[in-house]
Amino acid sequence: MAPALVWLTALMVVPCALVLALAFFRRGIYGGIDYTFTLENFGLVFDPLYAGIFLKSARIAGTATLIAVVIGYAAAYAIAAAPRRWQPVFLFFAVLPFWSNYLIRTYAWIVLLNREGLITQLLRWFGYTGEPPSMLYTEGAVIAGLVYNYLPFVILACYAPLSRLNPELAEASRDLGASAATTFRRVILPLTVPGIAAGAVFVFVLSIGNFVTPALLGGGRFQMIGNLVYDQFLTANDWPFGAALAMALIAIMLLVLMAQALAADRAAGRAAEARGDADG
Amino acid sequence: MTHSFTRTLGMRTILILVFAFLYIPIAVLVALSFNEGGLPTAWSGFSLKWYVSLASNSAILSAALNTLIVALVSTAIATLLGTLLAIGVEMRRQYGKGLEALIFAPMIIPDIVLAIALLSFFSMLNLTMGLHTIILAHVVFNLAFVCSVVRARLKSFDWSIVEASADLGASALTTFRRVTLPVILPAVIAGALLAFTLSVDEFIIAFFTAGAGRASTTLPMQIYAMIRFGITPEINALATIVMAVSITALTLSQRLNRGIIGQ
Repeated sequence: MAPALVWLTALMVVPCALVLALAFFRRGIYGGIDYTFTLENFGLVFDPLYAGIFLKSARIAGTATLIAVVIGYAAAYAIAAAPRRWQPVFLFFAVLPFWSNYLIRTYAWIVLLNREGLITQLLRWFGYTGEPPSMLYTEGAVIAGLVYNYLPFVILACYAPLSRLNPELAEASRDLGASAATTFRRVILPLTVPGIAAGAVFVFVLSIGNFVTPALLGGGRFQMIGNLVYDQFLTANDWPFGAALAMALIAIMLLVLMAQALAADRAAGRAAEARGDADG
Repeated sequence: MTHSFTRTLGMRTILILVFAFLYIPIAVLVALSFNEGGLPTAWSGFSLKWYVSLASNSAILSAALNTLIVALVSTAIATLLGTLLAIGVEMRRQYGKGLEALIFAPMIIPDIVLAIALLSFFSMLNLTMGLHTIILAHVVFNLAFVCSVVRARLKSFDWSIVEASADLGASALTTFRRVTLPVILPAVIAGALLAFTLSVDEFIIAFFTAGAGRASTTLPMQIYAMIRFGITPEINALATIVMAVSITALTLSQRLNRGIIGQ
């Protein structure tokens, strides 16, 4: 196991530590690095211009997460309600697109949303004659791309607790006079929170740091944090600021993961309590 | 009765809509790759001409070769290191938090962060970047995935048979070859197939660690450049082939190792 740990340390831990260190240096006059300590880069992260991009990224990632969770949960619920022998098949086909190339799945949306793309063609076919709607290179296109790319994971994450759900719990709730909606809200939903949380965290974390989807579906000037980091390293040549942005991204990610761990703990506590009640 | 009927109908509608959402975009690409005219505006007859024109596109062919080299070498290294890591961790059953975080990190760290970290690192070392640096980078996340697949298999492994083999006089190597390996082999192959697919598809880290010049352009980098340039029917054909390859590899992997990858 030693060679693997050496590899991870040399090519992940050390480089990440290097980026963290880089964030505390100044940008050199000619784009290089001036090794004097500064906190300016972190200050710049909170500059309204850049803080705005963080907020926009969070809003887009949040919206994509919400939509993906609603669709993904419904899909997982429908799969869990299907006959037992069909469930693995449905699940397999729900996850399959996730394993095809990310760029290609994103490109497919360019084909659909482009001015003369499939959706415009469909509208024409239904008798629409006006200007083609501009759907590509919008925030909506970016959100659609993110939802499309990460939906399979939400389905998978939500299916796990839904398939383990004891149907007798829902039956008991109905027998005791609760409506279907109440049963869902008070029994099924709380027991499946860990799956929802895991799926939501995954979509949010991968969306907020995404580079490809905003670059391809958002158009040339569309920026999320990932694109901003990219620019600092490859075009603006301000590595220290890029490093500070990357560290801010990691900080957001860690916060989200901690929130998830907390939610999972509380859900586990509630589930234990519910089981205790049922036994008593 | 009516209730259960409407319920089933509702569930079926959800499934149909979700699968339509997941598969229509891909199906459109695949269909267009066989479209004579190549445009989404009209179907002008079945044709393989876009596949033929791919075969004579030297930029794409050399990118495909680069991708194959990177994927094969990084998968080989990652499979070896990841499997040994999994055995080491599971045999000792010492699940330290730091160790877990170290193994888990490559799977969760944003690509762009690992990409810029490696770029900074390689350029600080004054390393000339090329296919070899992409391979070094790809092993990082590949070994984590191989390790997690093999560990899942080892969770149900009965270590007493390893002790029994040692008690009967087998050397550590013989025990590994004759006892441990046969048990975990399906998981090792599944992990390798997963790593291969991830490497073939990986774009951002390769993009940052490839260095300047076109010599080390990989297929995803080539695809990205083509997409940025505009829609050409050739991308549809290339996309269809790439999807077919990764879906085949993953289906094989899934069959070898039922369910583990999904978790």
